[in-house]
Amino acid sequence: MANSTKQETPLTLEVFTAGIWKENPVFVMMLGLCPVLAVTNSVENSLAMGLASVFVLVCSNALISALRNFIPKQVRITTYIIIIATFVTLVDYIIQAISLDLYNKLGAFIQLIVVNCLILGRAEAYASKNSFAKSVISALGMGLGFTLALVMLGGVRELLGVGQLMGYQIFSTNFQPWIIMILPPGGFIVLGSWLLLINYIEQRRTGKLIAEDLASHCSVNNH
Amino acid sequence: MSDSSKNKSNELPPLPTSFSLISTLGTVAMISGFLVVLVHQYTQPIIAENQRLATERAIFKVLPRASSRLTFTINEDTIELANDNTKGELLYAGYDKENNFVGMALNAAEQGYQDIVKLLYGYKPSTGCITGYDVLKSTETPGFGTKITTDVAFLANFNCLDAKVNQEQTRLINVIKTVRHGTKNNPWEIDAISGATITSNAVGRMLNKSGHKLHPVIAKNLTFLRSAKQTKEIIHGQLD
Repeated sequence: MANSTKQETPLTLEVFTAGIWKENPVFVMMLGLCPVLAVTNSVENSLAMGLASVFVLVCSNALISALRNFIPKQVRITTYIIIIATFVTLVDYIIQAISLDLYNKLGAFIQLIVVNCLILGRAEAYASKNSFAKSVISALGMGLGFTLALVMLGGVRELLGVGQLMGYQIFSTNFQPWIIMILPPGGFIVLGSWLLLINYIEQRRTGKLIAEDLASHCSVNNH
Repeated sequence: MSDSSKNKSNELPPLPTSFSLISTLGTVAMISGFLVVLVHQYTQPIIAENQRLATERAIFKVLPRASSRLTFTINEDTIELANDNTKGELLYAGYDKENNFVGMALNAAEQGYQDIVKLLYGYKPSTGCITGYDVLKSTETPGFGTKITTDVAFLANFNCLDAKVNQEQTRLINVIKTVRHGTKNNPWEIDAISGATITSNAVGRMLNKSGHKLHPVIAKNLTFLRSAKQTKEIIHGQLD
């Protein structure tokens, strides 16, 4: 009945930080791209969607991890979907209670968190195999990485699309907004640009490390 | 590797019993139901209050001279007093400080470019004018469809959009319609926003539909609507 618990690696800071940068769900794993492209036309929307996803990710991973030894393999996906849908319903009510305006802006994308592959993916690949503490910490890191990516996209799109940031006017009134940035193509353009920049930095960093490695090898051989 | 150990490694793990599967799903569903009900019970009054405030804000925006309001509902050709929780079509009448009737706030909805667009619009039966609107729900394209809330030229259509009722009080005299940008000739026409024709057309269609349905009933019950606030105050005074 139970999934066997294997020898686990210890809980380290890496479990938390991996999701934020090294294994960022958007920029590295390219997961959950539907809300990434759809709701990031402002920082406020991005932040709200990011925090809603963090809540669902952390709570569902916590419950799945706690129940992992009691969930038969044959019904695990059904069970995960029920658990994820529960927390999505809760976050739906909570956002309606906090702000109806925000709820209307996010539209159906709150309910669509249920089918965000990041959340089901983490449940299946991580929470079902790891301890409660590790699953919660990892989910928190992944959720914050997802939020960071959404805000990075939302910031650029809002700034160029309406000349504002968090509703505050940044550019002068002479600035002609690039409307395309707050339209769906803008999502693809900004995501592509961020990926280009991040991969460029990563390649340079890796190249530098390889060069340093080679240099040290050469100096050892010369000696 | 011997044959017996090979067979052993190829064996599938035993299937759990149906009871085990059902009990797991049942337990998880019970936890899920408990959490949903708990949060629903806690947030429901807050959500209802938020919705009431949003409606109130919209009513006083489209009826700026009003300082109080009453809610009504339609029962065939008559209008009856109701409250915000009444099911069905709700109409709101605004009254000034002296309890004089200033106009109606009415709901209208129509399919836009992305999804249904919902408005609350102000209507003055005395002049037969639609005097403005507030968007309750819209997911139209930013920068295009959303212009229905910001485009000054488009909003100018609603300074006094003709929505007069005919003498028989059966329908509007003129069909409210959206026309191509820059071709408006009549007070019942809406000059469309260039680049947001679908949303502009949706506004025209919903006002026409709502006008044909509600304005004749309002005209028939105008005396009741005008005196409703004062009558209610008198009844309240007598009860006190």
